[in-house]
Amino acid sequence: MRIVVAMSGGVDSSVAAGLLAEAGHEVVGVSMQLYDNSSGFGTCCTIDDLHDARRVAAHLGFPHYIVNFESHFHRHVQQNFVAEYARGRTPIPCAHCNSEVKFSELLTRAGGYGASHLATGHYARITDDGDGRLHLRRGRDRAKDQSYFLFSLTQAQLAQALFPVGDLAKDDVRLAAARMGLDVAGKPDSQEICFVPDGDYAAFLERDTPALATTGAIVNQQGDTVGAHGGVHRFTIGQRKGLGLSAGVPLYVVNIDAGRQRVTVGPREALERTTFAVSRVNWIAGQAPSATVDADVQIRHRHQAAPARVRALDLGRAEVEFTTPQSAVTPGQAAVFYDGDEVLGGGWID
Amino acid sequence: MPRIYLDHNATTPLVSPALDRFCSVARDVWGNASSVHHFGQQAKAVLDGARASVAALLGAEPSEIVFTGGGTEADNAAVRGAMEALEPAGRRHLIISSIEHEAVLQTAKALARRGIRVTHLPVGERGVVEPDALAAALTDDTALVSVMHANNEIGTLQPIAALAALAKSRGALFHADAVQTAGKLPVDVAALGVDLLSISAHKFGGAKGAGALWIRRGVRLVPFMTGGRQERTRRAGTENVPALAAMGAAADHARQTMAETAPRVSALRDRLEQGILARVPHTAVNGSGPRVPNTTNISVDRVESESLLIALDLEGIAVSSGSACSSGTLEPSHVLKAMGFPHARTLNSLRFSLGASNTEAEIDHVVSVMPALVTKLRGLASRA
Repeated sequence: MRIVVAMSGGVDSSVAAGLLAEAGHEVVGVSMQLYDNSSGFGTCCTIDDLHDARRVAAHLGFPHYIVNFESHFHRHVQQNFVAEYARGRTPIPCAHCNSEVKFSELLTRAGGYGASHLATGHYARITDDGDGRLHLRRGRDRAKDQSYFLFSLTQAQLAQALFPVGDLAKDDVRLAAARMGLDVAGKPDSQEICFVPDGDYAAFLERDTPALATTGAIVNQQGDTVGAHGGVHRFTIGQRKGLGLSAGVPLYVVNIDAGRQRVTVGPREALERTTFAVSRVNWIAGQAPSATVDADVQIRHRHQAAPARVRALDLGRAEVEFTTPQSAVTPGQAAVFYDGDEVLGGGWID
Repeated sequence: MPRIYLDHNATTPLVSPALDRFCSVARDVWGNASSVHHFGQQAKAVLDGARASVAALLGAEPSEIVFTGGGTEADNAAVRGAMEALEPAGRRHLIISSIEHEAVLQTAKALARRGIRVTHLPVGERGVVEPDALAAALTDDTALVSVMHANNEIGTLQPIAALAALAKSRGALFHADAVQTAGKLPVDVAALGVDLLSISAHKFGGAKGAGALWIRRGVRLVPFMTGGRQERTRRAGTENVPALAAMGAAADHARQTMAETAPRVSALRDRLEQGILARVPHTAVNGSGPRVPNTTNISVDRVESESLLIALDLEGIAVSSGSACSSGTLEPSHVLKAMGFPHARTLNSLRFSLGASNTEAEIDHVVSVMPALVTKLRGLASRA
């Protein structure tokens, strides 16, 4: 069958493409140009990476195309990224890119190229357990697992998605790349957010929207002003560094009120939460469970999922109650519900 | 999979006399044409032969032909060279059309950064520069007018003779980028009345890396590259002898076969164009009036050309779309934008450019494949 592989130029998607080609599929490599490279930013999707993808395709002997997704990416990912920070939230652009760019527009394009499936280099698995629906699971390599970023995929999207490296360990992916003779076998993993390669989100946000650099007060939990800041977009819940405060005990950001430009700090204990709400919930099964479910809930990419009870509410919302309090439940991040290695669903933390 | 090549405005395969010449010269005549000894004389003689062939293609004198590394270099040499030569005379104004190739557009932009005043002539919906627009733009300090003979994206021929006469009446030089006409149509520098004319070998069956600038006798340019005294000090750098020899062979071949090829390719182009217009609803041809025989540019409503181009390539059919940026992705066509079309139409146009080796069967295959591909892409677009 004809399969479009989304190729970033990194080792994972290169090997994904190579494995499919070796299995005898008609592979079509596609790389998305996501933002303007000429402006000097970018390490993930720079021209060098696009050309790495092109060279991999040429080496493995299948066609490769670079498609212009700049306006789509800007509209669905970058604008959202800026808007979320402006609201005092901490967004996850990769999750939006998966659901609103790769598995929507790129999937549609793949259909236009006559492909039945879209493959990516994600460390996640899709299984058909014979119960009439598809199951999304963590990647076999738990250290590299990316299922957290894929929680919003629907059954229709999963039916057309392939994750060829999901069953492999990262080391085996690199070995496979070396076996295939790919130059990218030793290429470092991408870090950070692709369109903010230097990791300086504040500078990126201020370039995009200078008005974000509005000063405000840092207050303690009693409401007393203890310092000043250069804009709420510079903070995330649980942040300790960069507050410019000197206090006897370590202080952390415990709340961000964008409306009043106010950042609240408190001791570590103040970060702990047991109950929180999520919205725009996606249930992988296609519908919300009728009863409360026990699940392990992961509240950010590097969080060890913790036992909780999840109760589906109306309007695509849900309530999560942890068994033991968890630190830094951060609005804008995703809460993803797991049963063992299976993704039950997830939503955006309010 | 059998492949059908309909992108001859991008490049052409070498015609067999050019390929033979390229190989034999690369093998046997490897001397430096500037050398005094036997090997140099051999190479020089090859260049002389090629120069005579290229001159014959343009109705020019061999001494007026300066070999270059291609069309872009010829355009740079003409535009930069003329502007610099005329600057001491107080002429600091450059006029170009708004549908020029990037080789001229970007050169003009670079000159503008250095203080040259640049005027872009508009084109109407037909994709043709009106002489009245040039008459209005010319001033006493205009140094050069540069308008392409035929546009590379839509194929429209520009009224060069009329435009060149206007420029001459105001004392300005006239350059025509004839990259898309040389070898396809008769190009006669005297009839056109221009002062400078650029051509590129690989657009008419020659090898890449070879081109020429015709400079009317008596016109002085300042070379933009400095170095050795090759090409009568008009273009520094050791000549690419095999590619230039092949250009000569391609020029001879084009001159001898043009009368037969042009009408045949033109008929195929019309067959393709009419077939697509008849079989694919909501399509329209971009550009009207006289065109080069091999080119048609067709807008396919509600289909991004980027997707259609890829879908066609996966069917073995090679075409192109608007301008490509550095990574090769699609950008809105500046040509269609200049013609006043809405944004969507600048992104949904495909260029089909035919060559002498295309057949009726190939054209009919393309026409038969297009409707289903377009229907599918439109269906997906409306669902999204």
